Amino acid sequence: MINWKVILGIAKTHLVTKMKSTITASLGVTFGIGAYITLVSFMTGLNTMLDDLVLNQTPHIHLYNEIEPSENQPIALYEEFEDALNVVHSIKPKQSQKKIHNALPILKYLKDDANVKGATPQLRAQIFYLSGSIELGGNLVGVDIMEEVRLSNIQDYIVQGSPEALKNNDSGILLGAGLADKMSLSVGDRIQISTIKGGIFPLKIVGIYQSGIADIDNIQSYTNLKTVQRILGEAENYVTDINVKLFDISKAAPMSHRLEHQFKIKAIDINEANAQFETGSNIRNLITYAVSITLLIVAGFGIYNILNMLIYEKMKDIAILKATGFSGTDVQLIFMSQAMIIGALGGVLGLLVGYLLSRLIDNVAFETEALPTITTYPINYNIMYYVIGISFALLSTFIAGYLPSNKAKRVDPVQIIRGT
Amino acid sequence: MSLVLEAKNIDKYFKKPVLFHVLQNLNFKVKKGEFASIMGKSGSGKSTLLYILSTMDTDYEGQLFLNEELVTGKPNKLLSRIRNEHIGFVFQFHYLLSEFSVLENVMLPAKKLDVKSHSEIEYDAMEKLKMLNIDQLAKKRASRISGGEKQRVAIARALINNPSVLMGDEPTGNLDSYNAENVFQIFKQLKEEQGLSLLVVTHDLDFAERTDRIIQMEDGQIVNQ
Repeated sequence: MINWKVILGIAKTHLVTKMKSTITASLGVTFGIGAYITLVSFMTGLNTMLDDLVLNQTPHIHLYNEIEPSENQPIALYEEFEDALNVVHSIKPKQSQKKIHNALPILKYLKDDANVKGATPQLRAQIFYLSGSIELGGNLVGVDIMEEVRLSNIQDYIVQGSPEALKNNDSGILLGAGLADKMSLSVGDRIQISTIKGGIFPLKIVGIYQSGIADIDNIQSYTNLKTVQRILGEAENYVTDINVKLFDISKAAPMSHRLEHQFKIKAIDINEANAQFETGSNIRNLITYAVSITLLIVAGFGIYNILNMLIYEKMKDIAILKATGFSGTDVQLIFMSQAMIIGALGGVLGLLVGYLLSRLIDNVAFETEALPTITTYPINYNIMYYVIGISFALLSTFIAGYLPSNKAKRVDPVQIIRGT
Repeated sequence: MSLVLEAKNIDKYFKKPVLFHVLQNLNFKVKKGEFASIMGKSGSGKSTLLYILSTMDTDYEGQLFLNEELVTGKPNKLLSRIRNEHIGFVFQFHYLLSEFSVLENVMLPAKKLDVKSHSEIEYDAMEKLKMLNIDQLAKKRASRISGGEKQRVAIARALINNPSVLMGDEPTGNLDSYNAENVFQIFKQLKEEQGLSLLVVTHDLDFAERTDRIIQMEDGQIVNQ
């Protein structure tokens, strides 16, 4: 019964003869959707970048031996004071090693687990960097460099040199960028380090490491695991940390609990380590969506107003259409299709404007000391945002069009015709 | 002779601003091919009656038959269809869609009816315009033609679906005497040449006296028919 050709023909004529209001209404939608796309692409791009900044350097599960006092002090074993309230002053940490016991079997066990993408051993050593008579305190981290490349994007933070250069040089070092600045060293130079026990070892700088976090870059350097073991004079099974990367990050918490009990070791999962970080991300997302939805609602009100005005202007036309045999539904569809055409046109144009603005922002230079790998503002081109954008454009114009068109549907032609 | 329109015991009340009995137990018939006019003073209820007969106003008591078929109580969708197919309407103020061309205005009810193809409808519309001597205006915008021309376009539109009855609410009320005479001649010609039934509300005694029958109304009642 519904004759779409006639209805769309009338809708088109209305839109074309009222070109100015059509364009104004469409631009309202275009502005709303364009701003939404730009904002959400930019904000989520920034969020992802900031997340990566911290999360890339945080393993999903971190295993190490905590230096802590034993939970049961010797007095608890003494039967005579079994029922007494024992107070022990100045408790000392338990005498134990920094290394992980049975590190190699644990590593093998983890690598065989189907949920684990990879597990890398690390050896952290306190050392001094020697520059003439000056001693700078710091850390030297021994890693399996190629595994780190596979699992933690370390190569993004090596601003000079390459991970392969470290792998190929038994006495190479990736020096922290802050340290390199302080000591005026660059790739190819030699640096001397000394252990806490006093031995002095020369290492060759094969690369500069810059994480973007100054506190790390000022003290930390990377070298091969074996190099650190040799410097400390320890055996090949001497490992202080194991970093685990999983395929599914949501399994980190239960797995870390299990490992803690299974190996009697300290295990920290990523959520525990970065709880406050997650909160920040969530709040930024919330703000993004609040602003976007506000923009879209404002655009929706614009359409509502213009259609309302149009319907008052066209009261006589509505009456005549009804008198000549168009039903209320036909009239409603005429105005609904106008709203939907405005929404679709404005929405598609908005996606285009949003995309172009995103491209523009994407090409604006953004260089900061803290982020060595970033040269322009980050943009997240997720197709989902475009789908959400056009859906919201159509939905809001549908609602904005439905209310006035429903009024048009119920116009009593007799009242209009007699009213003149 | 068969009946085109029949009204049985029509009662109508205006509820606002105060309860008012506008039409009181009206009964009358219009035969096929008859040219009838309704006359009466302002407020006698003649327009109100016409809108009930046109099926646009459904808020009344009594029964209305069109082509001997009961239309009272049918759903709005069906009434729209009946109006589209069987009733042509001409108003006092032309009421064309001003953004559309003359030809499009005439074609619109036929497009809505959706029985004939687009080219057939266009041919029909041109025929109606030729019959009314306004075919040279076909491509003009409806807002760009004179008042007399507009009323003739409105008559062409009312005729496009070959209705059973043509209704007019003071179709000459807004026209000068030359154009009014013109419209009357068109109506007469339609009745004589095509056997069309016409029912026209008018103030113009001169106009009414030349029709087949005058239905005289006073205070919501038919006093003479």
